[in-house]
Amino acid sequence: MAKEMMKGNTAIAEAAIRAGLDAYFGYPITPQTELLEWMSVRMPELGRAFVQAESELGAINMVYGAACTGKRVMTSSSSPGISLMMEGLSYIAGTEVPMVLVNVMRGGPGLGNIAPAQADYNQIVHGGGHGDMHPIVLAPASVQEAIDLTVLAFDLAEKYRAIVVVLIDGSLGQMMEPGELPPMAPLKTAIPDWAVRGGDDGKRRTLSSIYLNPPDEEVTNLRLERRWQEVQANEVRYKEYYLEDARYVVTGFGSAGRIALSAVRAARAEGIPVGLLRPISLNPFPRQVIADLSERVEGFLVTEMNAGQMLDDVMAAVAGRKPVEFYGRMGGVVPFPDEILGEIKRMVNGQVPMSGHPRDRWLERMPRAN
Amino acid sequence: MQTEIIIAGFGGQGVLFAGQLLAYAAMEEDKAVTWIPSYGPEMRGGTANCAVVVADEEIGSPFVKHPQAAIVMNLPSLDKYEALVAPGGVLVVNTSMVDRPCQRPDITVVEIPANEIAERLGDRRMTNMVLLGGLLAQLPVVSMEAVDKALKEHLPERHQKLLPLNRQAMQEGASQPARV
Repeated sequence: MAKEMMKGNTAIAEAAIRAGLDAYFGYPITPQTELLEWMSVRMPELGRAFVQAESELGAINMVYGAACTGKRVMTSSSSPGISLMMEGLSYIAGTEVPMVLVNVMRGGPGLGNIAPAQADYNQIVHGGGHGDMHPIVLAPASVQEAIDLTVLAFDLAEKYRAIVVVLIDGSLGQMMEPGELPPMAPLKTAIPDWAVRGGDDGKRRTLSSIYLNPPDEEVTNLRLERRWQEVQANEVRYKEYYLEDARYVVTGFGSAGRIALSAVRAARAEGIPVGLLRPISLNPFPRQVIADLSERVEGFLVTEMNAGQMLDDVMAAVAGRKPVEFYGRMGGVVPFPDEILGEIKRMVNGQVPMSGHPRDRWLERMPRAN
Repeated sequence: MQTEIIIAGFGGQGVLFAGQLLAYAAMEEDKAVTWIPSYGPEMRGGTANCAVVVADEEIGSPFVKHPQAAIVMNLPSLDKYEALVAPGGVLVVNTSMVDRPCQRPDITVVEIPANEIAERLGDRRMTNMVLLGGLLAQLPVVSMEAVDKALKEHLPERHQKLLPLNRQAMQEGASQPARV
């Protein structure tokens, strides 16, 4: 198929449709609205379900119900709307039904603003909803990756009966880039065994997240944990740039990762042996790759559009073997490549202490307004 | 090889569309390209800008601080981007909307009374195309033919009759003298 110029938001929407999305439920919020808007036109046109719910709570619970039928379902929102969905997400995780969630992150906490940010990392990757739950989290950095990972998200959701989150920031949602969409896949006709189907085969099925008897809940918890081990073993994804001969590694996900690529290239042009590791699956996290790198490189720079959330996962993987530095911008402010280049040079030219926390050192360097 | 361009002006001046045309043209030429708007609670008459990056390899940052070129369609945009254009770069100024000359001695400056030219051509909406022509004459990041093709494919049906005028506007802009 030929390439088309698309915004990240519309590319994700159309990719989901081509992947065989049966039903979309959502509520508008900037900087995600084009996704819902695209769905509102395309889904009815194709005879599929589109509902603009009365709120994000309504939307996620409609997703819950529809997911129980074994159909391909999704919703999308931006940070504050995602917070509203957390209860429903936990119920969906506890019921073990597949769904895809798109979070187009914006500045926060609270109402914040509509500018790009990555500050929902901890909420999305490390839980959000209550209970032991593990969403698979994919973080594209380009329109093409957003398309490819959206299609993958539906397959993974069904394979592991899991929630798969496509996590982007507002800038990728709003940015246009050429991308190639997949051909239209036929809608799924096979109904999974676990799905509720209105008793058409005379069998009674109940789907629920309620296990009043604690040992029963524990059996479920163990099943979910073992399934997660399988995800960890099979679904780690990342992209490497210039790492072959790198002595220093920059790492960042999504937009922060691609901005860092410009900084890494600029550093390379000055003869600095630095490479980039861009995690694509944030959950499962490419922990082993980072651990292996920490055996052979001299230091890491983590760059994010938050106060160092993925930083904690990188530090856990590096496990004190090598120094780690951090650079972040927050509140909807996007770092420019030259800021990251400056941080690379600081790391390479100076002595990075092994003691203390990179977040404290970063805060020390940031301006103090009050 | 990578080229970065910022187009800035008031909302309604065709800032975002001019950038999209560049992006479509770059795609037409099989180049890697990103187009990113400044987005916010903005409206007609407010300031608007977009950044376009054209490259022959995977593009890193779509955000640009020091572009090789900028088109500034009004005074606030001149004030903001004059200092940011990379040394040796190109600044295209819509002199119809600014009341001072550009001060940078180290860049190529193209000063175009684009509103007047567009009005002389009979359609004020051509202002952005005049300036785009002025840019492409100094920085041929994409060919005029590719822009032409992009226009043809992306102008709504009801505006297709304006294609020759758009072309003419670009050529008028391209024929404007540059100050090196």
